[in-house]
Amino acid sequence: MPHTDVTLASLVLALPEIYLTVMICAVLMVDVFAGPKRRGRSATFTQFTLVLGAAVTAFFSHPDQRTVIFDGLYVADELAWVLKLSGFLFVAFALLYSRTYLERRGILKGEYFVLVLTALLGVFVLASANSLLTLYVGVELLALSCYALVAFDRENGIAAESGMKYFVLSSLASGILVYGMSMIYGMTGTLSVDQLADTLRASPNLGVLLGVVFIVVAVAFKLGAVPFHMWLPDVYHGAPTTVTLFLSTAPKLAYFALAFRLLGQGLQGVVEDWSLMLAALAVLTLIVGNVVAIVQTNIKRMLAYSTVANIGFIVLGFVAGTPGGYSAALYYTLIYVLTALGSFGVVILASRKGFEADRLDDYKGLYKRDPLLAFIMMVLMFSTAGVPPFVGFWAKLRIIEELWATGHLWLVVLAIVTSVIGAFYYLRVIKLMYFDAPEEQPGTDRQTGVRMALGLNAAAVVILGLLPSPLIDLCARLISFR
Amino acid sequence: MNFGLLSLLIWLPIVAGIVCLLMGSNRIAAVRWVALIASLVTFVASLPLFTGFDSGTFAYQFVEKLPWIPAFESYYALGVDGIAMPLVILTTLMTIPVIIAAWTVVDSRPAQYYAAFLIMEGLMVGVFSATDALLFYFFWEAMLIPMFLIIGIWGGPRRVYATIKFFLYTFLGSVFMLAALIYMYVKAGDYSIATFQGMPLTLVEQRWIFFAFLLAFAVKVPMWPVHTWLPDAHVEAPTGGSVILAAIMLKMGGYGFLRFSLPITPDASRELDMLMIILSLVAIVYIGFVAMVQQDMKKLIAYSSVMHMGFVTLGAFIAFQILDNSGSITGAVLGMQGAMVQMISHGLISGALFLCVGVMYDRVHSREISAYGGVINRMPKFAVFMVLFALANTGLPATSGFVGEFLVIIASFKANFWYSFLAATSLILAAAYTLWLVKRVIFGPVANDHVAHMEDLNIREFIILFVLAVLVLLLGVWPQPLIGVMETSLHHLIDQMMIHKVPL
Repeated sequence: MPHTDVTLASLVLALPEIYLTVMICAVLMVDVFAGPKRRGRSATFTQFTLVLGAAVTAFFSHPDQRTVIFDGLYVADELAWVLKLSGFLFVAFALLYSRTYLERRGILKGEYFVLVLTALLGVFVLASANSLLTLYVGVELLALSCYALVAFDRENGIAAESGMKYFVLSSLASGILVYGMSMIYGMTGTLSVDQLADTLRASPNLGVLLGVVFIVVAVAFKLGAVPFHMWLPDVYHGAPTTVTLFLSTAPKLAYFALAFRLLGQGLQGVVEDWSLMLAALAVLTLIVGNVVAIVQTNIKRMLAYSTVANIGFIVLGFVAGTPGGYSAALYYTLIYVLTALGSFGVVILASRKGFEADRLDDYKGLYKRDPLLAFIMMVLMFSTAGVPPFVGFWAKLRIIEELWATGHLWLVVLAIVTSVIGAFYYLRVIKLMYFDAPEEQPGTDRQTGVRMALGLNAAAVVILGLLPSPLIDLCARLISFR
Repeated sequence: MNFGLLSLLIWLPIVAGIVCLLMGSNRIAAVRWVALIASLVTFVASLPLFTGFDSGTFAYQFVEKLPWIPAFESYYALGVDGIAMPLVILTTLMTIPVIIAAWTVVDSRPAQYYAAFLIMEGLMVGVFSATDALLFYFFWEAMLIPMFLIIGIWGGPRRVYATIKFFLYTFLGSVFMLAALIYMYVKAGDYSIATFQGMPLTLVEQRWIFFAFLLAFAVKVPMWPVHTWLPDAHVEAPTGGSVILAAIMLKMGGYGFLRFSLPITPDASRELDMLMIILSLVAIVYIGFVAMVQQDMKKLIAYSSVMHMGFVTLGAFIAFQILDNSGSITGAVLGMQGAMVQMISHGLISGALFLCVGVMYDRVHSREISAYGGVINRMPKFAVFMVLFALANTGLPATSGFVGEFLVIIASFKANFWYSFLAATSLILAAAYTLWLVKRVIFGPVANDHVAHMEDLNIREFIILFVLAVLVLLLGVWPQPLIGVMETSLHHLIDQMMIHKVPL
């Protein structure tokens, strides 16, 4: 039975959200008092907030068991705990990579940090949502912050345009989501994910089915699955690189949570209905994402289509429709975020003031100019392509394993063939960096601290690749925790 | 006896490679010595595998087993039997000439060059000694990375095309094997190769798995018609890359057939052996003619490799017909022995030939046959070695090239006269293209100014070619030690192939 009253114990379980809300106000105040001259202080303070937040989450709010609090609106389980903890850490790294980039372009503004933190709060709400309403609140909080982030560089026309595009399309998707939720509510009379799981069984009536269709479409849109991916390349391309970096970290965790809480938990009873829909989406996503990425000449756009292709793999995990499949999808999401964080970090470091290293040709001969950066990028590219000994291999392996376990022969074949196609454009990046002579000799950004963080990021990709066991076990435990 | 010898052979070169990377090309003199000493130590350390090997058992020896991924029942499990052990030693041996041959020749990013080959060595030993399928695949794929970089960074003018073709071709083949391995894991519950070999599989499953393996191994061997990446890769690769590619990487395909395809899918192999025999014979006869018309020395040797590897697949897959025709297990074992000896011998001979081409290329900077002529006038010592290896390549008795081909041809008589007839044409074809190559390059009057300025072998080149020549001759006149260690394992393999795995 859910606790109906707010007690100290339940507040402690929600500590990450409470802490973050308080700190958002604090960052706002710090920014006001720091003034335009000492903007760096807000950045430092935000970093501090994130690191402290990770510590607070790690030490004080670990749920010993799955607990539903706040009238069934909020669930504290280990999955949410891990998602929040990794959210703090990934965003801390993302901000570390971003700071100098923003400074050099004169867009180091207080609202950037506030928006990042509110988006993170949205991620947290989604991670712990146990009701359709909470889910929707999380989605909106995250999405609204992201629209603003994409367009926050006001002088930049392209960023504003992509922000607008993002806003219009994504709001439509939010509308579709809430419409689907209303249908489910109308047919079942409950908003609670737990009760939905208990009441919905196979072969539902048409109303529920229609609601499921709307929900699948909305989730696919938020994730960026084809044919609902159109916003993703434009936003990734148009937004400042730091924002692109942010978009590919914490929000991905959140949309995994959205898909898992909605489909994997609430609508598990009708898994056969939605898994077929997702299978069709996954096929399209894998093909379009990988094939279109080949013809890109802009690295941000290429990485955007690579994201689409990777989303295809995550969707495949959901197609399996089993706890194993969800844990494979979770593992894939975490690994993808880790790798994307590094890749966009390299793009940021390869740029300088007045020079965005966003064309693929800007990476020609990077090896000669900056061996360390080129090496890190090579590791990340091989990892995303799924070549051992890097961790991306295990992510793909887990998904294929779960597809076999559920007997999806043709999806296995599709997954492996498209990953070979995908290998081509990752190899091309390595080819440009290592095999081609540099066109010009612009230096890269030499920031020792950021370089060390990036090195740590790449080292994680290698170490998790050599010893994948702990993270795989963790992901399996998180999903079976229920 | 067991103190982690195989682990040492895997990780010592990898660690040495990382040390080379960290030292960087500025301290190249030291890096060279680190690389050389590491490769020598690895080779010496691998010798106890031979001396301490118990050839009376087919079980894995020098085994190590540590939990790696408990969730998948996958272990860091190593071990060698009579099939893997000679290949491990071949690997540690052939890395040494590669390191020495690069001594003064590689001037761009030399530290990385040595590092790539050392890391590669460790990974290749891993491939041959893994007894866990997932670990095997891990090494098998990881090995593509250093090779991709070796061809792409130090290769010839069309290196980018060649290396991407190489990578994608082999990657495409391998991922199907991965899918098959995962399928069997999901069915059997663990990743040990022995489990896969023992598990029952229906004929339909076996066919699918067989074709998945075929894609992976046929590309690697390479068999006709998926061999087209090899001439490109060989031509563009630097000398060391060609040596490792020909001497060891191709053997992984043959090893895969013996370790995976035949014992895991015996019924499908029996059913489809005709396909494999035809592909092998096409490789031997057709590719023999293709080799004849090549203008580029490396390309010629590359096609010659495809042809000689045809004997490996032929020797492995005629076993079923021998067993059906005569029930003679020794006959089937003979073909297998031929395949194995051919792998080792081809590793030595093709490696040596690529080194010879490298020696000439370093002096004249051309691989075209027409750029040479009368080399013997300027390089008599070199010419002796070149002619020796060329004759070994044609399968001349008293060289190791003869033993493997002869065993396979004899065995194939027991299967079908026409197989041996077609296979024996190789003796003529190989003689034709190899001797014609020698005639045009080595003999005759000095062709041009470049050749006139060639200098004979220096001491480093002499040593490596001398050692390889001794080994080629030794195996040619006294192959018994090699055949002896693999005998029991091959008998066991034939036993496994005769089991019907289809559940009743």
